[in-house]
Amino acid sequence: MNTQNNTDNLTNAIEIKNLNFYYGNFHSLKNINLNIAQNKVTAFIGPSGCGKSTLLRSLNRMYDLYPGQRAEGEVIFTGENILDAKQDLNLLRSRIGMVFQKPTPFPMSIYDNISFGVRLYEKLSKSEMDDRVEWALKKAAIWDEVKDKLQQSGLSLSGGQQQRLCIARGIAVKPSVLLLDEPTSALDPISTAKVEELVTELKNDYTIVMVTHNMQQAARVSDYTAYMYLGELIEFGKTDEIFIKPKRKETEDYITGRFG
Amino acid sequence: MMTNINQDLYKRRKRRNAIGMGLSVAAMAVGMFFLLWILFVLLTKGISAIDWNMFTSSTPAPGSEGGGLANAIVGSLMMVVVSTFISTPIGVMAGIYLTEYGQNNRFASITRFVTDIMLSAPSIVIGLFIYAVLVAQVNHFSAWAGSIALALIAIPVVVRTTENMLRLVPGSLREAAYALGAPKWKVSLSVSLRAAQSGVMTGILLALARVSGETAPLLFTALNNQFFSMNMNAPMANLPVVIFQFAMSPYENWVDLAWGGALLITMTVLGLNIIARVMFRDRLKK
Repeated sequence: MNTQNNTDNLTNAIEIKNLNFYYGNFHSLKNINLNIAQNKVTAFIGPSGCGKSTLLRSLNRMYDLYPGQRAEGEVIFTGENILDAKQDLNLLRSRIGMVFQKPTPFPMSIYDNISFGVRLYEKLSKSEMDDRVEWALKKAAIWDEVKDKLQQSGLSLSGGQQQRLCIARGIAVKPSVLLLDEPTSALDPISTAKVEELVTELKNDYTIVMVTHNMQQAARVSDYTAYMYLGELIEFGKTDEIFIKPKRKETEDYITGRFG
Repeated sequence: MMTNINQDLYKRRKRRNAIGMGLSVAAMAVGMFFLLWILFVLLTKGISAIDWNMFTSSTPAPGSEGGGLANAIVGSLMMVVVSTFISTPIGVMAGIYLTEYGQNNRFASITRFVTDIMLSAPSIVIGLFIYAVLVAQVNHFSAWAGSIALALIAIPVVVRTTENMLRLVPGSLREAAYALGAPKWKVSLSVSLRAAQSGVMTGILLALARVSGETAPLLFTALNNQFFSMNMNAPMANLPVVIFQFAMSPYENWVDLAWGGALLITMTVLGLNIIARVMFRDRLKK
């Protein structure tokens, strides 16, 4: 089992050990063991309801917002088990950022959307903040489109721009890991291409974990792929190997479209 | 073309549709009829009393000619404004508590229940209550007591609309803020409340409209004042009570002023409602 779920000899940003997840009495993740390699893109694929989003949401403990959801096991990040009850969730989430399926710009200006998260943890002067906002928007490849209207509402942007704004917002707080929950499922093909390009770009600085419904997308942008089914991790490995020569029959059936 | 459609069934459904439509149009017509009738009567009787004098001179003494409503207008404005300043922070904070903190706990559901009762409590009960606990204790009527009574009526309106508007804020927006490491209070104030801003403002305006016409709670608290007074610690003139007293008086100029005041209040309430609607529509458009 362990050899299968290892990321060779790369440094691991996150190590998931014997993770079980419950929605009330429903056992939705079963004994997940998985390593997330640093500065790589790891994709979770699988049919709806297989638990890939749940797995992603246990990495920043988003599930903690809802009573009745709980995780057991270990998720090791910088030497600590983040599932520990003593874990400071606000601090954890500032180090493991997340971008959601639907763009979620805050009802404030583009500038404030970016500075909102930064202000929580850093005290910057006006010019430092200006620099940070510009830096984040450039990283998210949206600077040229918004540089003249930073004071306009974030809601005035198009869907694809809003999503890149949300990515910029996530980057601005300088996390080390970025979780992307189907970041392009609400976007048109051109915006999708831009976001995918961005993901490839960003992995130089961040560890990226991404959930996707789109197998071509996983094949295009990820280095490692985990195929999940009914709450279990069926196969994990280098994306090339998973897509070209999967070890398990189930994986092959899914990626060739015979199932799912 | 329509071979496989059962014509009888189709016709029956059409007929039912027509009946349903007819009934709802009739119901609307009844409502509209009375509303328009009220406005018509108010306009015909009140419009003549509305002149510059009404806004500049105070209520006339018995038997004297002319006079206006200046003291009542200023008194009503002061009390409504003070009550809004009391009810807005309490109502908005309670609304935030109910949605952001008290989703499933017992205390919140009790608060929600009590708010609903307060929402439909007869305003005369509120007036009597303030009379007993405040006016009777200090032994004099005052504008403060009136403002507090009005605030008690406004609070549940603000609580409920704030709660409902915050509920409309999608959970994904909150999650996005939490995902940046924001603490709960920051998420509630900077993101949820901000997203619900115009809805909450609408609620405050509606509460304002509601209390500006309340008579019963003021009868026991602010009472009335024949003279121009801005002392919050003394009885204060106000439109609803003046209307109540003047409309039943034998003096013709008093009765005219009562109609003028009634028209003024109605127009204010109508205006506030229209502003509230426009604001809420803009919110939905975003």
